[in-house]
Amino acid sequence: MSIENNARDATMVGRRTDGTAFRRPLSPHLQVYDMFQITSGMSIAHRITGTIWAVGLLFLVWWLVAAASGPDAFATAQWFFSSFIGILVLFGLSAVAWYHTLAGVRHLMWDSGYGYDIPTVQKTGRIVLIATGVMTVLTWFIAIIAWA
Amino acid sequence: MSDVSKVTVRQRSALGRVRGMGSAKQGSHHWWVQRISSMALLPLMLWFVISVASLAGHSYADTILWIGHPFNATLLLLTIAIGFQHTASGLQVVIEDYVADEMSRMAAVLAVKAACTLFGVLAALAVLKIAV
Ligand code: HEM
Repeated sequence: MSIENNARDATMVGRRTDGTAFRRPLSPHLQVYDMFQITSGMSIAHRITGTIWAVGLLFLVWWLVAAASGPDAFATAQWFFSSFIGILVLFGLSAVAWYHTLAGVRHLMWDSGYGYDIPTVQKTGRIVLIATGVMTVLTWFIAIIAWA
Repeated sequence: MSDVSKVTVRQRSALGRVRGMGSAKQGSHHWWVQRISSMALLPLMLWFVISVASLAGHSYADTILWIGHPFNATLLLLTIAIGFQHTASGLQVVIEDYVADEMSRMAAVLAVKAACTLFGVLAALAVLKIAV
């Protein structure tokens, strides 16, 4: 194994029973965990949705700047948001936003010390998944009524 | 029997002590600010997503009127400020987890902070231009 020149990596070196050194996987390590369990799957999904939503904020900025720039710029933004691709993007973002928000509440619950036993973890996990679906459908229900 | 009160338990590894690169003493603060921003964003997100959905298909004039209302403008500014702060520190954690090289890591974190500041100010200015 090569000499460590990185302070953080140096703490990640473990030893096998025969004494040889190996590099411990960094958490959250996508190749180590089974990603199809509700626990690890939802954990990485919170990170992925947070990152996608971060990129999605650019659409919020575009919408606000277009509105501030005048009717023409606003019309261009409206045209995109009501196009097929635009609606697909917005639909995806709404689902992502709801998932990250609801799973975020679950994180806050853990942070205050509740819900660590496995049955509760699985139950709250399912609640988040179902609530994400419900809130996304509700959001688009409202949007369609507003549009009509 | 040794005197238990004199026993010092060191949590840092021998290597960690030799290198002398210990905690920068901001980890728990970063963690706590991320929780506070999450709690603040929860009601803001509920309000924001539902509001934007109910604006679907509305005219330019209606949209300007909505953004310019003092109540909506205030909540929009809070969503922008807290949202971009939460995003910058959230993405920082993701980068720190996956980018091993120190220089690339620092460059990526600084780039994210710069982008979040830039877009945050831009969005806030757009709201203020409409509302004021
Ligand atoms: C503007 C919308 C938001 C964006 C762009 C966003 C983005 C992010 C990102 C990129 C992360 C880092 C993910 C990670 O470390 O795995 C994160 C973490 C987090 N977010 Fe958000 N977020 C937003 C809104 C919210 C809301 C409304 C909540 C609500 C309760 C929330 C709760 C959390 C929590 C608890 C964490 C820490 C997760 C952990 O410890 O692993 N976020 N967010």
